[in-house]
Amino acid sequence: MSLQSPLGKVLGNGAAKEGAGHWWAQRVSAVGLVLLAPWFVMSLIALGDLSYVNIVSWIASPVNTVLLSLLVLTVSYHAQLGLQVVVEDYVAHKGIRMLTMLVINFTLLVLGVLGVFSVLRIALTGNH
Amino acid sequence: MAQFSLPANSVVNPNGNVHKAPSGAKDVRSFRIYRFDPESKDKPRIDTYEVDMGSCGPMVLDALIKIKNEVDPSLTFRRSCREGICGSCAMNIDGVNTLACTKASAEIKGTVKIYPLPHMPVIKDLVPDLTNFYAQYASVKPWLQTRTPAPPDQERLQSKQDQEKIDRPSACILCACCSTSCPSYWWNSDKYLGPAALLAAYRWIIDTRDEATGERLDELEDPFRLYRCHTIMNCAEACPKDLNPARAIAEIKRKIAERKQ
Repeated sequence: MSLQSPLGKVLGNGAAKEGAGHWWAQRVSAVGLVLLAPWFVMSLIALGDLSYVNIVSWIASPVNTVLLSLLVLTVSYHAQLGLQVVVEDYVAHKGIRMLTMLVINFTLLVLGVLGVFSVLRIALTGNH
Repeated sequence: MAQFSLPANSVVNPNGNVHKAPSGAKDVRSFRIYRFDPESKDKPRIDTYEVDMGSCGPMVLDALIKIKNEVDPSLTFRRSCREGICGSCAMNIDGVNTLACTKASAEIKGTVKIYPLPHMPVIKDLVPDLTNFYAQYASVKPWLQTRTPAPPDQERLQSKQDQEKIDRPSACILCACCSTSCPSYWWNSDKYLGPAALLAAYRWIIDTRDEATGERLDELEDPFRLYRCHTIMNCAEACPKDLNPARAIAEIKRKIAERKQ
């Protein structure tokens, strides 16, 4: 039981003085995806022949390497920002919330680095 | 706060008491109304009241008052002005949060279903506990804050154009229809201020006589207080005064983003 006033409860520990950065980053990364995702799909359609050798040589071309790496990074970043909002919305328990966010952040970081590394490895070594 | 297991009282018995219309009634409408008595151990139930619309006023509130006066005095609801300016009779009618006094029964097809405002603790029947809602309103300091002393011989002046900016947001009657229609508010009403309090904050942020805009924005810049709004727009849909809290929230976000540029 607590006799804390309703206003005291609402004021709590005060404003976190953040959130604007997250909000802006989500929108900017969305704009990035609006540009990069159609580029990726259109490129694959234009490529026509989706054989292994053809795809690998397409990835190895410098512009494609850079844009594909950016796409992987932007997808990971945007997914992290979006999933954070979902978790904050629906996971009320603070401990579970923090644990869920750590797992999500760690997984997306690994996936992002793995994706960029794979693209660079094809581009730089020709090995795959 | 999202919960997977709901309290026992969330289960409503759909077959409550049925009050038949008096014999001789010609134009009979059924009202199915949520009933909860905190003093009994019974779960909430839906009571059915058949009302003779021939001897009833046009609004849903008229029917509620008729039921309370003539059929069942235990039916509990808030009401005061009966003309859409006090905000007391906000409730969920036919699935939409609105004011019973400005909603005509004729606008609703079939049975009229009446519930209290969603996702709030129920005190009794159609009366929700709005303590937290009012505390959130108080938390945005809904009054003029200035550093310039007031002129000794006149009011603080404001141009006509500046007054027009606050005309609409000032028209909020704090009925809570918007906040209680907002899913973000349902899940996080302990920390998210909700559309009504944020609209009130906006009303003071854009008031040109107010000199605490920076402090007001500081207090709102928080992942929960402000940024839980995901522009779902239920607030603008529900508002019985046709206001747009969602736009006000977007403007607050814009102002916070702008001052970082």
